[in-house]
Amino acid sequence: MYDVLIIGCGITGAAAAFQLSRYRLNVAVLERENDVADGTTKANSAILHAGYDPEPGTLMARLNVRGAALAKELCAKLDVPYRQCGSFVLAFSPEEEATLRTLHQRGLDNGVPGLELLTGEQARAMDPNLSSQVTAALWAPTAAICSPWEYCLALAETAVRNGADLRLDTAVTGLERQTEGWLVRTNRGDFRSRYVINAAGVSAQAVHELAAPASFTIHPSRGQYFLLDKSEGDRVGHVIFQCPGPSGKGVLVAPTVHGNLIVGPNADPVPDDDVGTTSDGLAYVRSTALKSVPSVNFRESIRNFAGVRASTDRGDFIIEWGAPGFLDLAGICSPGLTAAPAIAEYAVQLLERDGLALEEKQTFCCQRRRVRFHDLSPAEKARLVEHDPSYGRIICRCETVTEGEILDALRSPIPPRSVDGVKRRVGAGMGRCQGGFCGPRVVEILAREQHISPGAIVQDKAGSWLLAGQTKGGCDHV
Amino acid sequence: MKELICIVCPKGCHLRVDEAQDYRVTGNGCPRGEEYGKMELTHPTRVVTSTVRCTGGAHSRCPVKTDGPIPKSLMMQAVRCLDGVELTAPVHTGDIVVPNVCGTGVSFVATRDL
Amino acid sequence: MYDLIVIGGGPAGLAAACAAWEKGLNRILIVERDKELGGILNQCIHNGFGLHYFKEELTGPEYAGRFIQMLKDTGVEVRLDTMVLTVTPDRQVHMVGRDTGYRIEEARAIILAMGCRERTRGAIAIPGQRPAGVLTAGAAQRYVNMEGWLPGRRVVILGSGDIGLIMARRMTLEGAQVLACVEVMPYSGGLNRNIVQCLHDYDIPLYLSHTVTDIRGRDRVEQVVVSQVDERRQPIPGTEMVFDCDTLLLSVGLIPENELTRQAGIAMDPRTNGAVVYENMETSLPGVFACGNVAHVHDLVDFVTAESQRAGRAAADYVLGGAVPDGPVLEVKNGDGVTYTVPQHIRPGRVAKNCDLFFRVNRICGDSQILVQSGDTLIARFPREHLAPGEMEHIVLPRVLLDRASDSITVSIQEVASK
Repeated sequence: MYDVLIIGCGITGAAAAFQLSRYRLNVAVLERENDVADGTTKANSAILHAGYDPEPGTLMARLNVRGAALAKELCAKLDVPYRQCGSFVLAFSPEEEATLRTLHQRGLDNGVPGLELLTGEQARAMDPNLSSQVTAALWAPTAAICSPWEYCLALAETAVRNGADLRLDTAVTGLERQTEGWLVRTNRGDFRSRYVINAAGVSAQAVHELAAPASFTIHPSRGQYFLLDKSEGDRVGHVIFQCPGPSGKGVLVAPTVHGNLIVGPNADPVPDDDVGTTSDGLAYVRSTALKSVPSVNFRESIRNFAGVRASTDRGDFIIEWGAPGFLDLAGICSPGLTAAPAIAEYAVQLLERDGLALEEKQTFCCQRRRVRFHDLSPAEKARLVEHDPSYGRIICRCETVTEGEILDALRSPIPPRSVDGVKRRVGAGMGRCQGGFCGPRVVEILAREQHISPGAIVQDKAGSWLLAGQTKGGCDHV
Repeated sequence: MKELICIVCPKGCHLRVDEAQDYRVTGNGCPRGEEYGKMELTHPTRVVTSTVRCTGGAHSRCPVKTDGPIPKSLMMQAVRCLDGVELTAPVHTGDIVVPNVCGTGVSFVATRDL
Repeated sequence: MYDLIVIGGGPAGLAAACAAWEKGLNRILIVERDKELGGILNQCIHNGFGLHYFKEELTGPEYAGRFIQMLKDTGVEVRLDTMVLTVTPDRQVHMVGRDTGYRIEEARAIILAMGCRERTRGAIAIPGQRPAGVLTAGAAQRYVNMEGWLPGRRVVILGSGDIGLIMARRMTLEGAQVLACVEVMPYSGGLNRNIVQCLHDYDIPLYLSHTVTDIRGRDRVEQVVVSQVDERRQPIPGTEMVFDCDTLLLSVGLIPENELTRQAGIAMDPRTNGAVVYENMETSLPGVFACGNVAHVHDLVDFVTAESQRAGRAAADYVLGGAVPDGPVLEVKNGDGVTYTVPQHIRPGRVAKNCDLFFRVNRICGDSQILVQSGDTLIARFPREHLAPGEMEHIVLPRVLLDRASDSITVSIQEVASK
């Protein structure tokens, strides 16, 4: 019997697990995929928003601003790439300048620090590649960029280190209310828990409806992106938004913590979690981004991707009891990444108010460090390789990722099970050749270290097989 | 008259072969092209390259080739002869891997040291 | 202090190091990131290499093997499994390896011979889902030829570059079904002989002026949609063909791997994606040379060898002869029909007898003349029966002709009206 069982290990579930692992509680996290951060968390703009967008008084507004402050602290403690680069919202017309004033006022109401309205010239002085058509900008110095999947992984790893029980490849198929708590049926057996937290992202409606009558509708909204090579990484120094429209914050141009340039997203409704890209969607993203920053060189694109946001019919985060002992954390669309630790904090308060006793663990360890070979000085690199030669073998040439770092990941609390799992942990395959060179080597290391056949290694989710069989009548010939 | 692209070398000459005139070849840049043009229409051949399994070396496959051209119609059959063959390192370039492939008198030979 | 550090032990690096040794350099180091020398040739197990250089037809590993053998007879030092991380403008080379540790070595001259990489799906923005099973032809080649794994059973190939064509045949011979080869241009990007012996021999259809417009499959490729394109390379609605397949191989171009070059502040040519080089393959940084696919993408290794030998000899001259004044410099300009030239700059004073000039054309041409002009003066004219973008062109300009030029020369193509 668990005290709290969390369904879903994206950023929301991971943050909840992290927060709960501070206390003497039995915590479980069920994740249907073979890795954490495998849904919306791995495919978004990677922005920690300052908090001027949400309507004052909403959960979004409160948790965004609080979350941004918590994120800064957590990323530092848990060694998550984070950079507070600040953001601009651009105006191109008097009407849009009026929108900036509205956003500015909202930001003040929401308690966002440091907001300033700038002229076009002032903005261009700070970010010279902004369009000459920009007439004014809202400057938000507290906006930041981060690595969203490493943020989620760091939270989940820390929760696991502090005793949380993470079960991957475990999909919930039924939820039954019992006299005490819930019976959670899954493809991997039944679990019992006093409380259940629904952090199932785009699937949160389906999970909710396993436990309670329908009360909200998720309208999945897909956003498509370009990721550009590091040669374009300095194109802008800040997160560049346009004025928000009815479908969200619009197309942004931003640096990433990995040194690339990210451009996107559009917003199109999709029936499910379809993360395909379309030529129309990408064309829209491209032409819209060029309005903000005309010099973006899309020939340097190294990847397109799409993510699906869990937008709902309610327009605010849904953080409420869906049934007794069943807490929904649903509709966590933007600014969900930013708000996540504040959502978790709030969720734990709700559990406490409901009667869950919170007794802090003396042993709680809130620290995480990993080797990032690429970022070390020559002297540090030399010392590291001398100490452990596996850091001397470069596996990913584009991102300078070493075998030692991959081995570290394989020995971490949540070891990767796929090539993309390795990518999310150490960055191998994230660069300009997109795993063309290092893919086969990563497969070899995964197979060797896990004592399985290379033929059993998947690219990402279960079913994303890579190799059909051996040639020449080898043992795995199929 | 038949038009062909010569595959003897990467130049890829555009050949014209006249079946009516005893396979007279024009458009060739060298004598080997003439020979190819005739052969390609009378009995086409190819050098076949592939791999075989190999244990104890740096790689689990060793590249091989036929040490001469074999009839085009036998290509697939020839490659199937390599299934299940397993070399043990050390292997040297030129080592015979499968002799007399499909009765052609041509052998598969190793094309690298392993 | 080394006389010469060669970065990359593929065909370019091997030829350059051997040539520099023969010219009298004693302290030469090759740094190779793989566990063995030979570079990409090791996975190119097909034949067709060496006809120009060795006058016989070799496979990739055999071609590499000959140079590795030649190298063994020299005193050239080799560091394998070692990756160069940085080249500084004052010719310090930072490198790291499992067994060799982190080292900073200095050299009097450096040859950049890092080769190239393949363009990926992201570079050409193919829409659709992102399942496993979309990989570059070169990655598939490594799996099949060196590791003994077949990456899929039903295959569509996008791009008719040589590696894609070669893999169509390899996958077929290993039991996969290759359903189609799709090329966005109205002509193939590969050598004609490869169209014949890799596609025609196996009845694999080649769809020219077509491209992939959708990839379907959540976890693994399930379908690929191919559409015809118009003259502007835009898909034509209504022409979609759906292929049920599990694999999409990409052979959509190669990009010289010049991150070290850029980092060192060396001038780059956006047309070749390689360093701007002089007639002896020297870059804008004195004493640093570039050759092979890192300078511009070749289609024949024989030409890589020849070019790299020139670079190796030039590096030796640089080390042994000391600095030579540049003298006048001619800029080589691209005229009509020419997409790039290598070299981009020629110092006639440094040309002993002849200057090799390589270039590519931007369209298929029949009977043509290659014109070399300086201002309004025609310096040289070379007839060609056939020119194609997939085939690198080569002309030789004698020093006496170069001496007639001033400031710049322009290379252009003039098609002769068909008879």
